[in-house]
Amino acid sequence: MSSHPARVLEASGEEKRDLSRRDLFAKIGLILNGLAVTVLAVPVVGYLLSPIVRGENGRYKSWVSLGELDEFPEGQTRLAKYQNPVSSSWDGDTGHIPCWVRRIQGEQFQVFAINCAHLGCPVRWFAQSGLFMCPCHGGVYYQDGSRASGPPPRGLFEYAYKVENGMLLIKAGQIPTLSTTASLRTRKTACQG
Amino acid sequence: MSRLSNIGRWFGDRLQLGPAIRETAAHAVPRKSASWWYIFGSAALTIFILQIFTGIMLAIIYVPSASEAWNSLQYLNHGVTLGWFLRAVHGWGSNFMVALVLIHMCQVILFGAYKFPRELTWIIGVFLLLLTLGMAFTGQVLRFDQDAYWGLGIGASIAGRVPLIGAFLVHMLLGGPIIAGDTLSRFFAIHIFVIPGILIGLVSLHLLLVLKLGINDWPMPGRMVRRSTYIKEYHEMTRTDGVPFVPEAVWKDMFFSAAIIVAVMMCAAFLGPFGPSGYPDPTIVQTVPKPDFFFRWMYAMLALLPPEMETPILLIAPVVVIGFLILLPFLSGEGEKSWRRRPIAVVTLLLTAVALGTFTKLADYSPWSPVMDGWSGDPVPVEYLKSRSPLERQGALVFQVKQCRNCHSIGDSGGKRGPALDRVATNMTHDQLVRQVIQGGGNMPAYGKNLTPAEVTALVSFLETLHPANQSPARDAAQAVVSQPEAAGGAVKNR
Repeated sequence: MSSHPARVLEASGEEKRDLSRRDLFAKIGLILNGLAVTVLAVPVVGYLLSPIVRGENGRYKSWVSLGELDEFPEGQTRLAKYQNPVSSSWDGDTGHIPCWVRRIQGEQFQVFAINCAHLGCPVRWFAQSGLFMCPCHGGVYYQDGSRASGPPPRGLFEYAYKVENGMLLIKAGQIPTLSTTASLRTRKTACQG
Repeated sequence: MSRLSNIGRWFGDRLQLGPAIRETAAHAVPRKSASWWYIFGSAALTIFILQIFTGIMLAIIYVPSASEAWNSLQYLNHGVTLGWFLRAVHGWGSNFMVALVLIHMCQVILFGAYKFPRELTWIIGVFLLLLTLGMAFTGQVLRFDQDAYWGLGIGASIAGRVPLIGAFLVHMLLGGPIIAGDTLSRFFAIHIFVIPGILIGLVSLHLLLVLKLGINDWPMPGRMVRRSTYIKEYHEMTRTDGVPFVPEAVWKDMFFSAAIIVAVMMCAAFLGPFGPSGYPDPTIVQTVPKPDFFFRWMYAMLALLPPEMETPILLIAPVVVIGFLILLPFLSGEGEKSWRRRPIAVVTLLLTAVALGTFTKLADYSPWSPVMDGWSGDPVPVEYLKSRSPLERQGALVFQVKQCRNCHSIGDSGGKRGPALDRVATNMTHDQLVRQVIQGGGNMPAYGKNLTPAEVTALVSFLETLHPANQSPARDAAQAVVSQPEAAGGAVKNR
């Protein structure tokens, strides 16, 4: 420890001046690195925020076809599938999203997201009892999507739909959760038994 | 031989690590701390190293692509020589690592090892636990099957409950609008690079602190920790009653570590790898997703919390629990170390363990969920149909076809969401049954719209037969009065 460079330098006045100059250089070097890293951070943060930026202004959502009206008999609820409008070739089958289509009559539909409003598990339709049941935590919904029992805080998420040229279209593109329902038609009131 | 020692000396001259290693090996530990109770931390480290090694082995084959990951796991299981075994060791290793970290933590609490001056060692340990759980969860995601897919859905739904920034969190978590290729890629990066990197850094710090501050002394009732005197007392203890770490203490660590590695290998060899379960295609809705063992308690709690309290508890409880763990050494940094004099610590630990164990056990048969194939599985037991009227038998059919059994068991088969109905007639009258079926209530959906009056009549007449032979069904006394006034006349007059 006795031969610590700083202490040797302190011995003579001339070298002491040197030290303060180098000290300044070291500080400037530190600041330069700080600036460089800050500048580098901008594109890195931009890169990391890509999932947000890409989805701005509702760009994740678009109208997708669920097929011809004839595929959905009146008074029935059927499973339909669509290719998510935002997907890549390496998504495999995760790019295929299911949903429940209820044709009330004529061109009057309800299209429900597959995800339980509680924690996103896939709800299953039971035509005989007219209920959707969730396998995870016991959420149950009536045929119109309103909450029947269990822990869900609201009814099933619903897609906006329209009928064009004999095709059923829904506005879809992102997983529905309690805060990402923007692209979906929101139901304000969940039926409280 | 001399050439070998020459080479050794050459490295020694350049690295100059010899003195540090000798000093570390010879450092004195309190005689009683060279104990079988102090082996869990080193075993967790051993498993961590095993995980890094087997993880690299798996990464040689695994394809982190949503379209190919599942196939590459099948290839690992069935195509690659002993690929199944490496997967099994990594999977069982993760279970053992979580368990060892938890046991280590319990031992540290019981022995008061988090107290002065080892507060920082404890805090780093808390983060090591969280990171270990992070590895367990992200690892479960990399096993890209149906459980992983819907587990991510649960993660996204929880993130979506955060006020204001929920949507931001969902998209950042998933790397896009849905669970897909980008999701798996980022969990791969987190599991392979980010968390292991932080783990290596924090484990090193954790170990450095153990060396710098000394291993915790064996707690003696009545020997108080005081900030002013502890360090002096500890040094006095290691000086007068200390033993060198190597070999007095280290042999126990090594014996246990070897035993743990053998145990992991035995589990792997005899019980095999975990999954993958079904192919991760969300359009296959016939699935009952469940998280891995160490997250089952959370899965159970999410079903049992009252709905209106769920979001606050989900978002606040983790902050409170982690905050409490971090603050623990500052809340009780001095005083008794022995579990014999710390009843609150012991009881808290036991209650926590029992609660987590109970929730984990409950999640095994998840009584809160409808049994999706309850109605199409077992038939109504024959003894419930013997010498019944046609109407009652028709009711049994309605009971089965309308999926009542998904939530209600009879004959010990069916769902446990609602009460078992084997003796429902003993506590509900005809009118009450009709009302319950039509209007629902008490967490039962209303079936009024889905049953015709004829079906309700049949169903209720079947339900009314469900009582033990020696016990008569419940009856409405008031109705008896109305329908048969002369028979119940005495009772009326007495009023």
